[in-house]
Amino acid sequence: MSCSTFFAGNTVVHRLDARGRVVATLLYALLVASCSGFVVLGLGVGAAVVAVALARIPSHPLAKRLLRVNAFMVLVFLLLPPTMPGDSGFALGPIFFSYEGIALATRITLKANAIVLMFTALLGTVEISELGHAFQRLRVPDKLIHLFMFTLRYLDVLHHEYEGQLRAMKARAFRARMNMHTYRTYAYLLAMLMVRSLERAERIMDAMKCRGFKGRFHAHRHFSFGHRDLAFGVMTVAVLALLAFLEWGTPGGAQ
Amino acid sequence: MHIADGVASIPVLVGGGVLTAGGVAMGLSRLKDEQIPRAALMASVIFVGSVLIRLPIGPSSEHPVLNGLAGLLLGWTAMPVFLIALFLQALLFQFGGITSLGINTLTMAVPAVLCHYCFGPMVRRASTPRSAFAVGVTTALLALSLSFALWMTALLMSGKALLVVIKIAALPHLVLMVAEAVFTGFIVSFLWRVYPRIFDMTGLRSGGRIQGASLPGGHE
Repeated sequence: MSCSTFFAGNTVVHRLDARGRVVATLLYALLVASCSGFVVLGLGVGAAVVAVALARIPSHPLAKRLLRVNAFMVLVFLLLPPTMPGDSGFALGPIFFSYEGIALATRITLKANAIVLMFTALLGTVEISELGHAFQRLRVPDKLIHLFMFTLRYLDVLHHEYEGQLRAMKARAFRARMNMHTYRTYAYLLAMLMVRSLERAERIMDAMKCRGFKGRFHAHRHFSFGHRDLAFGVMTVAVLALLAFLEWGTPGGAQ
Repeated sequence: MHIADGVASIPVLVGGGVLTAGGVAMGLSRLKDEQIPRAALMASVIFVGSVLIRLPIGPSSEHPVLNGLAGLLLGWTAMPVFLIALFLQALLFQFGGITSLGINTLTMAVPAVLCHYCFGPMVRRASTPRSAFAVGVTTALLALSLSFALWMTALLMSGKALLVVIKIAALPHLVLMVAEAVFTGFIVSFLWRVYPRIFDMTGLRSGGRIQGASLPGGHE
Protein backbone atom coordinates (compact mmCIF):
# COMPACT_ATOMS: atom_id res chain seq x y z
CA MET A 1 0.00 0.00 0.00
CA SER A 2 1.89 3.01 -1.14
CA CYS A 3 1.35 6.21 -3.01
CA SER A 4 3.38 5.18 -6.00
CA THR A 5 2.24 3.69 -9.24
CA PHE A 6 0.66 0.29 -9.02
CA PHE A 7 2.17 -0.91 -12.28
CA ALA A 8 5.19 1.28 -12.89
CA GLY A 9 6.85 1.30 -16.26
CA ASN A 10 7.72 3.38 -19.24
CA THR A 11 5.63 2.10 -22.12
CA VAL A 12 3.56 3.94 -24.70
CA VAL A 13 0.60 3.75 -22.33
CA HIS A 14 2.55 5.12 -19.37
CA ARG A 15 3.61 8.15 -21.39
CA LEU A 16 0.06 9.14 -22.34
CA ASP A 17 -1.61 12.14 -20.74
CA ALA A 18 -3.30 10.96 -17.53
CA ARG A 19 -6.38 13.07 -18.20
CA GLY A 20 -6.95 11.37 -21.52
CA ARG A 21 -6.59 7.96 -19.92
CA VAL A 22 -9.12 8.80 -17.20
CA VAL A 23 -11.71 9.96 -19.72
CA ALA A 24 -11.07 7.04 -22.08
CA THR A 25 -11.42 4.49 -19.28
CA LEU A 26 -14.69 5.96 -18.05
CA LEU A 27 -16.23 6.12 -21.53
CA TYR A 28 -15.07 2.61 -22.34
CA ALA A 29 -16.39 1.17 -19.05
CA LEU A 30 -19.79 2.82 -19.48
CA LEU A 31 -20.10 1.67 -23.08
CA VAL A 32 -19.11 -1.92 -22.35
CA ALA A 33 -21.42 -2.04 -19.34
CA SER A 34 -24.36 -1.05 -21.53
CA CYS A 35 -23.65 -3.44 -24.44
CA SER A 36 -25.10 -6.92 -24.68
CA GLY A 37 -23.98 -8.40 -28.03
CA PHE A 38 -21.41 -11.16 -27.80
CA VAL A 39 -19.44 -9.90 -30.79
CA VAL A 40 -19.28 -6.42 -29.28
CA LEU A 41 -18.27 -7.71 -25.87
CA GLY A 42 -15.70 -10.03 -27.43
CA LEU A 43 -14.19 -7.09 -29.34
CA GLY A 44 -14.28 -5.07 -26.11
CA VAL A 45 -12.25 -7.73 -24.33
CA GLY A 46 -9.91 -7.81 -27.34
CA ALA A 47 -9.31 -4.05 -27.14
CA ALA A 48 -8.63 -4.33 -23.41
CA VAL A 49 -6.17 -7.19 -23.97
CA VAL A 50 -4.32 -5.06 -26.53
CA ALA A 51 -4.13 -2.20 -24.00
CA VAL A 52 -2.82 -4.54 -21.29
CA ALA A 53 -0.20 -5.90 -23.69
CA LEU A 54 0.88 -2.39 -24.70
CA ALA A 55 1.19 -1.34 -21.05
CA ARG A 56 3.21 -4.52 -20.34
CA ILE A 57 1.31 -5.26 -17.14
CA PRO A 58 3.23 -7.98 -15.25
CA SER A 59 1.33 -11.23 -15.52
CA HIS A 60 1.41 -12.39 -11.92
CA PRO A 61 -0.43 -9.46 -10.25
CA LEU A 62 -2.74 -9.27 -13.25
CA ALA A 63 -3.66 -12.94 -12.85
CA LYS A 64 -4.36 -12.32 -9.17
CA ARG A 65 -6.79 -9.51 -10.04
CA LEU A 66 -8.53 -11.54 -12.71
CA LEU A 67 -8.82 -14.47 -10.34
CA ARG A 68 -10.53 -12.26 -7.77
CA VAL A 69 -13.04 -11.03 -10.33
CA ASN A 70 -13.67 -14.43 -11.86
CA ALA A 71 -14.21 -16.22 -8.58
CA PHE A 72 -17.58 -14.48 -8.50
CA MET A 73 -18.13 -15.37 -12.16
CA VAL A 74 -17.68 -19.07 -11.39
CA LEU A 75 -20.50 -18.71 -8.91
CA VAL A 76 -22.61 -16.95 -11.54
CA PHE A 77 -21.94 -19.75 -14.04
CA LEU A 78 -22.82 -22.43 -11.54
CA LEU A 79 -26.00 -20.74 -10.39
CA LEU A 80 -27.62 -18.97 -13.34
CA PRO A 81 -27.97 -21.70 -16.01
CA PRO A 82 -29.80 -24.21 -13.78
CA THR A 83 -32.05 -21.63 -12.11
CA MET A 84 -32.96 -19.20 -14.87
CA PRO A 85 -36.13 -20.15 -16.71
CA GLY A 86 -35.72 -20.42 -20.47
CA ASP A 87 -37.30 -21.91 -23.60
CA SER A 88 -34.29 -23.79 -24.85
CA GLY A 89 -31.44 -25.56 -23.19
CA PHE A 90 -30.25 -29.01 -22.36
CA ALA A 91 -30.78 -31.41 -19.54
CA LEU A 92 -27.96 -32.97 -17.61
CA GLY A 93 -29.53 -35.65 -15.50
CA PRO A 94 -32.39 -34.10 -13.54
CA ILE A 95 -31.13 -30.53 -13.93
CA PHE A 96 -32.15 -28.36 -16.85
CA PHE A 97 -29.61 -25.82 -18.04
CA SER A 98 -31.18 -22.93 -19.97
CA TYR A 99 -29.33 -21.18 -22.78
CA GLU A 100 -30.69 -17.89 -21.44
CA GLY A 101 -28.88 -18.50 -18.18
CA ILE A 102 -25.66 -19.43 -19.95
CA ALA A 103 -25.94 -16.34 -22.17
CA LEU A 104 -26.44 -14.01 -19.19
CA ALA A 105 -23.56 -15.55 -17.26
CA THR A 106 -21.30 -15.23 -20.31
CA ARG A 107 -22.30 -11.60 -20.82
CA ILE A 108 -21.57 -10.70 -17.20
CA THR A 109 -18.20 -12.46 -17.34
CA LEU A 110 -17.14 -10.76 -20.59
CA LYS A 111 -18.16 -7.31 -19.37
CA ALA A 112 -16.41 -7.70 -16.02
CA ASN A 113 -13.17 -8.92 -17.56
CA ALA A 114 -13.15 -6.28 -20.29
CA ILE A 115 -13.63 -3.44 -17.82
CA VAL A 116 -11.11 -4.78 -15.31
CA LEU A 117 -8.45 -5.26 -17.99
CA MET A 118 -8.92 -1.78 -19.45
CA PHE A 119 -9.05 -0.21 -16.00
CA THR A 120 -5.80 -1.91 -15.02
CA ALA A 121 -4.05 -1.05 -18.28
CA LEU A 122 -5.01 2.62 -18.41
CA LEU A 123 -5.49 3.71 -14.79
CA GLY A 124 -3.37 1.17 -12.92
CA THR A 125 -0.41 2.67 -14.76
CA VAL A 126 -0.95 6.25 -13.54
CA GLU A 127 0.93 7.32 -10.45
CA ILE A 128 -1.83 7.72 -7.88
CA SER A 129 -1.01 11.27 -6.87
CA GLU A 130 -0.85 12.17 -10.55
CA LEU A 131 -4.35 10.73 -10.79
CA GLY A 132 -5.39 13.28 -8.17
CA HIS A 133 -3.99 16.08 -10.28
CA ALA A 134 -5.67 14.70 -13.37
CA PHE A 135 -9.02 14.70 -11.55
CA GLN A 136 -8.36 18.27 -10.47
CA ARG A 137 -7.87 19.33 -14.09
CA LEU A 138 -11.04 17.48 -15.00
CA ARG A 139 -13.02 19.78 -12.71
CA VAL A 140 -13.66 17.32 -9.90
CA PRO A 141 -14.54 19.44 -6.82
CA ASP A 142 -11.45 20.70 -4.99
CA LYS A 143 -12.54 19.41 -1.60
CA LEU A 144 -12.93 15.90 -2.93
CA ILE A 145 -9.46 16.06 -4.47
CA HIS A 146 -7.98 17.25 -1.18
CA LEU A 147 -9.72 14.48 0.66
CA PHE A 148 -8.33 12.02 -1.88
CA MET A 149 -4.77 13.36 -1.67
CA PHE A 150 -4.73 13.43 2.12
CA THR A 151 -6.15 9.91 2.21
CA LEU A 152 -3.34 8.69 -0.02
CA ARG A 153 -0.79 10.34 2.18
CA TYR A 154 -2.18 8.87 5.38
CA LEU A 155 -2.54 5.37 3.97
CA ASP A 156 1.20 4.91 4.04
CA VAL A 157 1.47 6.33 7.54
CA LEU A 158 -1.36 4.23 8.91
CA HIS A 159 -0.21 1.09 7.20
CA HIS A 160 3.19 1.56 8.76
CA GLU A 161 1.68 2.11 12.19
CA TYR A 162 -0.64 -0.86 11.79
CA GLU A 163 2.30 -3.12 10.93
CA GLY A 164 4.16 -1.86 13.99
CA GLN A 165 1.27 -2.58 16.34
CA LEU A 166 0.69 -5.96 14.76
CA ARG A 167 4.35 -6.82 15.31
CA ALA A 168 4.01 -5.83 18.95
CA MET A 169 0.96 -8.06 19.25
CA LYS A 170 2.73 -10.99 17.63
CA ALA A 171 5.71 -10.51 19.92
CA ARG A 172 3.24 -11.07 22.75
CA ALA A 173 2.13 -14.31 21.11
CA PHE A 174 -1.13 -13.03 19.64
CA ARG A 175 -2.76 -15.42 17.22
CA ALA A 176 -6.02 -14.73 15.45
CA ARG A 177 -8.61 -17.29 16.38
CA MET A 178 -12.35 -17.18 16.47
CA ASN A 179 -12.92 -15.94 20.00
CA MET A 180 -13.82 -12.79 21.87
CA HIS A 181 -10.19 -12.10 22.70
CA THR A 182 -9.27 -11.86 19.02
CA TYR A 183 -12.21 -9.64 18.20
CA ARG A 184 -11.49 -7.38 21.14
CA THR A 185 -7.81 -7.16 20.30
CA TYR A 186 -8.44 -6.28 16.67
CA ALA A 187 -11.06 -3.74 17.73
CA TYR A 188 -8.68 -2.05 20.17
CA LEU A 189 -5.95 -2.08 17.52
CA LEU A 190 -8.15 -0.24 15.05
CA ALA A 191 -9.55 2.16 17.66
CA MET A 192 -6.05 2.99 18.87
CA LEU A 193 -4.98 3.62 15.29
CA MET A 194 -7.89 6.03 15.01
CA VAL A 195 -7.09 7.91 18.22
CA ARG A 196 -3.43 8.29 17.39
CA SER A 197 -4.14 9.40 13.86
CA LEU A 198 -6.64 12.05 14.91
CA GLU A 199 -4.01 13.67 17.05
CA ARG A 200 -1.67 13.51 14.11
CA ALA A 201 -4.27 15.11 11.85
CA GLU A 202 -4.55 18.07 14.21
CA ARG A 203 -0.82 18.56 14.20
CA ILE A 204 -0.68 18.32 10.43
CA MET A 205 -3.43 20.91 10.04
CA ASP A 206 -1.63 23.28 12.41
CA ALA A 207 1.61 22.83 10.50
CA MET A 208 -0.14 23.48 7.23
CA LYS A 209 -1.80 26.62 8.54
CA CYS A 210 1.62 27.84 9.64
CA ARG A 211 2.74 27.50 6.08
CA GLY A 212 -0.23 29.42 4.76
CA PHE A 213 -2.50 26.62 3.59
CA LYS A 214 -5.74 28.13 2.39
CA GLY A 215 -7.58 25.04 1.32
CA ARG A 216 -6.01 24.66 -2.07
CA PHE A 217 -3.27 22.47 -3.44
CA HIS A 218 -1.11 23.74 -6.21
CA ALA A 219 -0.70 21.12 -8.84
CA HIS A 220 2.98 20.74 -9.50
CA ARG A 221 2.45 18.50 -12.46
CA HIS A 222 1.81 20.05 -15.79
CA PHE A 223 0.01 17.93 -18.26
CA SER A 224 0.75 18.27 -21.89
CA PHE A 225 -1.54 16.99 -24.56
CA GLY A 226 0.76 16.01 -27.43
CA HIS A 227 0.55 14.25 -30.78
CA ARG A 228 0.66 10.88 -29.11
CA ASP A 229 -2.34 11.79 -26.99
CA LEU A 230 -4.21 13.06 -30.01
CA ALA A 231 -3.59 9.73 -31.72
CA PHE A 232 -4.75 7.91 -28.60
CA GLY A 233 -7.88 10.05 -28.48
CA VAL A 234 -8.72 9.39 -32.13
CA MET A 235 -8.13 5.67 -31.63
CA THR A 236 -10.34 5.59 -28.54
CA VAL A 237 -13.16 7.38 -30.29
CA ALA A 238 -12.83 5.02 -33.28
CA VAL A 239 -12.96 1.89 -31.12
CA LEU A 240 -15.88 3.18 -29.06
CA ALA A 241 -17.76 4.24 -32.20
CA LEU A 242 -17.18 0.81 -33.76
CA LEU A 243 -18.47 -0.96 -30.65
CA ALA A 244 -21.49 1.33 -30.41
CA PHE A 245 -22.23 0.86 -34.11
CA LEU A 246 -22.07 -2.95 -33.84
CA GLU A 247 -24.31 -2.86 -30.79
CA TRP A 248 -27.00 -0.44 -31.89
CA GLY A 249 -26.34 0.46 -35.54
CA THR A 250 -26.78 -2.89 -37.22
CA PRO A 251 -30.02 -4.86 -37.21
CA GLY A 252 -29.48 -8.02 -35.23
CA GLY A 253 -25.83 -7.09 -34.87
CA ALA A 254 -26.20 -7.32 -31.14
CA GLN A 255 -26.14 -11.07 -31.29
CA MET B 1 -21.29 -6.84 -0.53
CA HIS B 2 -19.71 -5.07 -3.46
CA ILE B 3 -21.19 -5.26 -6.91
CA ALA B 4 -18.59 -6.04 -9.57
CA ASP B 5 -18.39 -4.47 -13.00
CA GLY B 6 -20.74 -5.96 -15.56
CA VAL B 7 -23.31 -7.28 -13.12
CA ALA B 8 -25.72 -4.42 -12.53
CA SER B 9 -27.91 -3.00 -15.28
CA ILE B 10 -27.48 0.49 -16.72
CA PRO B 11 -30.44 2.13 -14.92
CA VAL B 12 -29.10 0.83 -11.61
CA LEU B 13 -25.58 2.05 -12.37
CA VAL B 14 -26.75 5.48 -13.52
CA GLY B 15 -29.27 5.84 -10.69
CA GLY B 16 -26.63 4.84 -8.15
CA GLY B 17 -24.16 7.27 -9.69
CA VAL B 18 -26.56 10.21 -9.63
CA LEU B 19 -27.72 9.60 -6.06
CA THR B 20 -24.14 9.15 -4.89
CA ALA B 21 -23.11 12.38 -6.62
CA GLY B 22 -25.87 14.17 -4.74
CA GLY B 23 -24.86 12.63 -1.42
CA VAL B 24 -21.20 13.40 -1.98
CA ALA B 25 -22.03 17.01 -2.84
CA MET B 26 -24.05 17.20 0.37
CA GLY B 27 -21.20 15.70 2.37
CA LEU B 28 -18.63 18.04 0.83
CA SER B 29 -20.71 21.15 1.40
CA ARG B 30 -20.82 20.35 5.11
CA LEU B 31 -17.10 19.69 5.28
CA LYS B 32 -15.00 22.68 6.23
CA ASP B 33 -11.51 23.04 4.79
CA GLU B 34 -9.82 22.57 8.12
CA GLN B 35 -11.72 19.34 8.70
CA ILE B 36 -10.36 17.71 5.57
CA PRO B 37 -7.27 16.10 7.16
CA ARG B 38 -9.47 14.57 9.84
CA ALA B 39 -11.98 13.19 7.35
CA ALA B 40 -9.13 11.86 5.22
CA LEU B 41 -7.71 10.07 8.22
CA MET B 42 -11.03 8.39 8.81
CA ALA B 43 -11.08 7.35 5.16
CA SER B 44 -7.62 5.80 5.54
CA VAL B 45 -8.57 4.06 8.78
CA ILE B 46 -11.63 2.57 7.13
CA PHE B 47 -9.56 1.52 4.15
CA VAL B 48 -6.78 0.01 6.24
CA GLY B 49 -9.24 -1.65 8.60
CA SER B 50 -11.40 -3.17 5.93
CA VAL B 51 -8.51 -4.35 3.76
CA LEU B 52 -5.91 -5.54 6.26
CA ILE B 53 -7.95 -6.86 9.17
CA ARG B 54 -9.57 -10.23 8.68
CA LEU B 55 -11.98 -11.32 11.40
CA PRO B 56 -11.75 -15.09 11.87
CA ILE B 57 -15.15 -16.68 11.35
CA GLY B 58 -15.19 -20.42 11.71
CA PRO B 59 -12.65 -21.93 9.33
CA SER B 60 -12.57 -18.83 7.14
CA SER B 61 -12.32 -15.09 7.74
CA GLU B 62 -14.02 -11.90 6.59
CA HIS B 63 -13.03 -8.28 6.12
CA PRO B 64 -15.02 -5.90 8.30
CA VAL B 65 -17.14 -3.32 6.45
CA LEU B 66 -17.07 -0.66 9.18
CA ASN B 67 -19.83 1.48 7.70
CA GLY B 68 -21.79 1.65 10.97
CA LEU B 69 -18.74 2.98 12.77
CA ALA B 70 -17.98 5.41 9.95
CA GLY B 71 -21.53 6.74 10.14
CA LEU B 72 -21.33 7.20 13.89
CA LEU B 73 -18.16 9.24 13.55
CA LEU B 74 -18.60 11.03 10.24
CA GLY B 75 -22.25 11.72 9.41
CA TRP B 76 -22.70 13.03 5.87
CA THR B 77 -18.95 13.04 5.31
CA ALA B 78 -19.27 9.26 5.11
CA MET B 79 -20.45 9.76 1.52
CA PRO B 80 -17.21 11.22 0.06
CA VAL B 81 -15.15 9.08 2.43
CA PHE B 82 -16.67 5.84 1.15
CA LEU B 83 -16.45 7.06 -2.42
CA ILE B 84 -12.70 7.46 -2.02
CA ALA B 85 -12.17 4.26 -0.04
CA LEU B 86 -14.11 2.24 -2.61
CA PHE B 87 -12.35 3.90 -5.54
CA LEU B 88 -9.00 2.97 -4.03
CA GLN B 89 -10.15 -0.58 -3.34
CA ALA B 90 -11.20 -0.94 -6.98
CA LEU B 91 -7.97 0.62 -8.23
CA LEU B 92 -5.57 -1.30 -6.01
CA PHE B 93 -7.28 -4.61 -5.34
CA GLN B 94 -10.16 -4.89 -7.76
CA PHE B 95 -12.76 -5.15 -5.00
CA GLY B 96 -16.00 -3.80 -6.44
CA GLY B 97 -15.67 -2.02 -9.73
CA ILE B 98 -15.40 1.27 -11.54
CA THR B 99 -18.80 1.43 -13.24
CA SER B 100 -20.45 0.21 -10.06
CA LEU B 101 -18.62 2.75 -7.88
CA GLY B 102 -21.77 4.87 -7.54
CA ILE B 103 -24.11 2.11 -6.51
CA ASN B 104 -21.52 0.56 -4.19
CA THR B 105 -20.91 3.88 -2.45
CA LEU B 106 -24.64 4.32 -2.02
CA THR B 107 -24.98 0.83 -0.55
CA MET B 108 -22.29 1.49 2.04
CA ALA B 109 -22.70 5.17 2.87
CA VAL B 110 -26.46 5.76 3.05
CA PRO B 111 -26.85 3.36 6.00
CA ALA B 112 -23.84 5.09 7.56
CA VAL B 113 -25.53 8.50 7.36
CA LEU B 114 -28.74 7.10 8.81
CA CYS B 115 -26.81 5.51 11.67
CA HIS B 116 -25.31 8.88 12.45
CA TYR B 117 -28.71 10.39 13.09
CA CYS B 118 -30.13 7.36 14.91
CA PHE B 119 -27.21 6.47 17.15
CA GLY B 120 -24.94 9.51 17.29
CA PRO B 121 -26.91 11.12 20.15
CA MET B 122 -27.23 7.75 21.90
CA VAL B 123 -23.53 7.07 22.03
CA ARG B 124 -22.90 10.54 23.45
CA ARG B 125 -25.45 9.88 26.17
CA ALA B 126 -24.14 6.40 27.00
CA SER B 127 -23.24 6.19 30.67
CA THR B 128 -21.28 2.95 30.93
CA PRO B 129 -18.84 1.14 28.63
CA ARG B 130 -21.44 -1.60 28.46
CA SER B 131 -24.08 0.70 27.04
CA ALA B 132 -21.54 2.13 24.58
CA PHE B 133 -20.83 -1.44 23.51
CA ALA B 134 -24.55 -2.01 23.03
CA VAL B 135 -24.86 1.12 20.88
CA GLY B 136 -21.95 -0.11 18.75
CA VAL B 137 -23.56 -3.50 18.28
CA THR B 138 -26.93 -2.02 17.28
CA THR B 139 -25.28 0.47 14.92
CA ALA B 140 -23.39 -2.25 13.07
CA LEU B 141 -26.46 -4.48 12.89
CA LEU B 142 -28.62 -1.70 11.45
CA ALA B 143 -25.94 -0.47 9.04
CA LEU B 144 -25.17 -3.91 7.67
CA SER B 145 -28.77 -5.02 7.32
CA LEU B 146 -29.59 -1.80 5.46
CA SER B 147 -26.54 -2.27 3.24
CA PHE B 148 -27.55 -5.83 2.50
CA ALA B 149 -31.09 -4.68 1.69
CA LEU B 150 -29.78 -2.00 -0.69
CA TRP B 151 -27.39 -4.47 -2.31
CA MET B 152 -30.26 -6.92 -2.76
CA THR B 153 -32.48 -4.23 -4.28
CA ALA B 154 -29.74 -3.19 -6.72
CA LEU B 155 -29.23 -6.78 -7.85
CA LEU B 156 -32.93 -7.53 -8.17
CA MET B 157 -33.49 -4.33 -10.15
CA SER B 158 -30.72 -5.49 -12.48
CA GLY B 159 -32.33 -8.84 -13.15
CA LYS B 160 -34.65 -11.23 -11.36
CA ALA B 161 -32.30 -14.08 -12.25
CA LEU B 162 -29.80 -12.80 -9.71
CA LEU B 163 -32.12 -13.76 -6.86
CA VAL B 164 -30.27 -17.05 -6.58
CA VAL B 165 -26.99 -15.19 -5.95
CA ILE B 166 -28.68 -13.33 -3.12
CA LYS B 167 -29.96 -16.54 -1.57
CA ILE B 168 -26.49 -18.05 -1.60
CA ALA B 169 -24.97 -14.88 -0.14
CA ALA B 170 -27.56 -14.47 2.63
CA LEU B 171 -26.07 -16.84 5.19
CA PRO B 172 -22.46 -15.58 4.97
CA HIS B 173 -23.78 -12.04 5.26
CA LEU B 174 -25.74 -12.91 8.36
CA VAL B 175 -22.64 -14.39 9.96
CA LEU B 176 -20.56 -11.38 8.95
CA MET B 177 -23.19 -9.13 10.48
CA VAL B 178 -22.90 -10.80 13.87
CA ALA B 179 -19.09 -10.77 13.77
CA GLU B 180 -18.97 -7.14 12.75
CA ALA B 181 -21.52 -6.17 15.40
CA VAL B 182 -19.28 -7.55 18.16
CA PHE B 183 -16.22 -5.96 16.55
CA THR B 184 -17.89 -2.54 16.29
CA GLY B 185 -19.18 -2.88 19.85
CA PHE B 186 -15.63 -3.29 21.13
CA ILE B 187 -14.37 -0.36 19.04
CA VAL B 188 -17.11 1.96 20.28
CA SER B 189 -16.70 1.00 23.92
CA PHE B 190 -12.93 1.50 23.63
CA LEU B 191 -13.36 4.94 22.08
CA TRP B 192 -16.02 5.81 24.63
CA ARG B 193 -13.61 5.08 27.48
CA VAL B 194 -10.37 6.30 25.98
CA TYR B 195 -11.33 9.19 23.77
CA PRO B 196 -14.98 10.16 24.17
CA ARG B 197 -14.46 13.47 22.37
CA ILE B 198 -14.26 11.57 19.13
CA PHE B 199 -18.04 11.28 19.07
CA ASP B 200 -18.45 15.04 19.34
CA MET B 201 -15.84 16.18 16.93
CA THR B 202 -15.77 13.74 14.08
CA GLY B 203 -19.40 14.35 13.50
CA LEU B 204 -17.34 17.15 11.96
CA ARG B 205 -19.61 19.85 13.25
CA SER B 206 -17.52 21.52 15.89
CA GLY B 207 -14.34 21.81 13.85
CA GLY B 208 -12.52 22.84 17.00
CA ARG B 209 -9.24 21.59 18.23
CA ILE B 210 -9.13 18.69 20.61
CA GLN B 211 -8.54 20.33 23.95
CA GLY B 212 -6.25 18.67 26.41
CA ALA B 213 -6.68 15.26 24.92
CA SER B 214 -4.30 12.86 26.58
CA LEU B 215 -3.46 9.67 24.87
CA PRO B 216 -3.06 6.42 26.74
CA GLY B 217 0.18 4.57 26.43
CA GLY B 218 2.37 7.64 26.59
CA HIS B 219 3.65 7.41 23.05
CA GLU B 220 5.06 10.19 20.92
